[in-house]
Amino acid sequence: MSTGTTKLDVVVSDVVPVNDLVTRFHFRRRDGELLPTFSGGAHVVVEMRDGERTRLNPYSLMGSPLDTREYTISVRRDDVGRGGSLFMHRSVKPGMEMVVSYPVNLFSLDLRAKKHLMLAGGIGITPFMAQTAQLAAEGGNFELHYTCRTASLGTYADVLRERYNRRIRLYHDDREERIELDRLLSTQPLGTHLYVCGPAGMIDWVRDRAAALGWPPETVHFEHFAAPQPGLPFDVTLAVSGKTIRVDEQQSLLEAIEAAGVDPPYLCRGGVCGQCETNVISSDGKFIHNDHWLSEEEHRSGCKIMPCVSRFEGRSLVLER
Amino acid sequence: MAAKSIISRPVYGTLSPQPGKHHLFIADAEGALAIGDMAERAPAGFFEGAEIVFILGSDGKHVAALEALKPAQFHLSPSFASLLPRLRQTLANAHMGLRLYLAGTEGLIGQAMQVALEAGIDHTSIQTEHRGSLARRMQCVHCKGITENVTTQPATCGHCGLLLLVRDHYSRRIAAFQGVCINAEDRSEIPPMEEIFR
Repeated sequence: MSTGTTKLDVVVSDVVPVNDLVTRFHFRRRDGELLPTFSGGAHVVVEMRDGERTRLNPYSLMGSPLDTREYTISVRRDDVGRGGSLFMHRSVKPGMEMVVSYPVNLFSLDLRAKKHLMLAGGIGITPFMAQTAQLAAEGGNFELHYTCRTASLGTYADVLRERYNRRIRLYHDDREERIELDRLLSTQPLGTHLYVCGPAGMIDWVRDRAAALGWPPETVHFEHFAAPQPGLPFDVTLAVSGKTIRVDEQQSLLEAIEAAGVDPPYLCRGGVCGQCETNVISSDGKFIHNDHWLSEEEHRSGCKIMPCVSRFEGRSLVLER
Repeated sequence: MAAKSIISRPVYGTLSPQPGKHHLFIADAEGALAIGDMAERAPAGFFEGAEIVFILGSDGKHVAALEALKPAQFHLSPSFASLLPRLRQTLANAHMGLRLYLAGTEGLIGQAMQVALEAGIDHTSIQTEHRGSLARRMQCVHCKGITENVTTQPATCGHCGLLLLVRDHYSRRIAAFQGVCINAEDRSEIPPMEEIFR
């Protein structure tokens, strides 16, 4: 069960291909009412009923927070992922009834900032679509640096340039354009907050340079959009509910626990919010920790696991769940 | 070291060298000793990117010790009020990567922090170390007047003359503890005045 969230019954009002990899989906409430308000950076968890399987994937809301007639998300097709994005691309059509969670924001703007410096990589652009709309409406001071592979894969680059002109700076990998990160970070006025969303390598690079250049940690905001990784199947005993379950290759541990009828708390399903943190009672094998929540020490201890993204390989695993 | 009480009462730490290239120190009184202690833990070359602003006491102490750290810039100021325009100017022109270190009396730390907050620095990003007097900067909640260097409990408002209970309730926005009338029901009731903020 998602902590503090309620489900929204929605209908797919539009499906719009954006480029070779990305498709945009629009949702409206089935009862015709307005959707709950949200702030830039929020995500919803989309329930995907795919035959026997239910996947719950988080996606950033990319529409303007000022317009709650519909929610929009953009999904990048991942041909080697666990199938959630392929399901969205192949099976979701206009008029289809779906269920999404209430919005949750784990990547919100700090509105005390004098200036907002945004760094996006690839599909990491989506939360910034909502944040820039929010800031532009309030006359906020922002600047967005967006790295994409090629111009044709620069999802929404054209829209952003048209809306915000010189506040948007584009970098194309195929033209070997790179952000001059140290110069950029060293020339920002005092009171600037930094936001970064993109591949893990980019987030790590930006956070490392910002820390080295004296940016206090509370001014650096980041969102990993790590989807659960597939892996070898493994068996788990849930001690509290007295069940033994199997986690399939394409399934996350959290999804397997839910499929067994146990309802652990969750929010982000991406290893960052900490809600689904679970105690390990005993284990014989190797943990594959993929989260950004537990400390390195906790990872080594083998006493805790984040079932939304982490896995296990070995003989036995008993969880307090 | 200030005692811990309610959550709004500021808690100070120990100065520690932060990453970055620009370091601004503002200190008064024994705050100079906190900078000296931190210097022993600082990496080589740390003070080449540092500016120290020191409020000179009447005894003229600590100046030589601070100069010996060889900061890139060193300024002496007779009072907080006199360094304020310069501090505002420095912060207005500063870039991210500038780190702020405040050491000395509570009044100094609070007032410098107030200016830093206005410039967009989060209070949790500021290094602080309390040394020296516990005398308080107090705002009378009735007339809003600020009385400096309050050492007694209760204390008399320097503006409206009410007898005030000096609370631990602190405002970062105005850099002062709140003083509330201690005998509002019966002004003839005068509790004994003790010197407790030394």
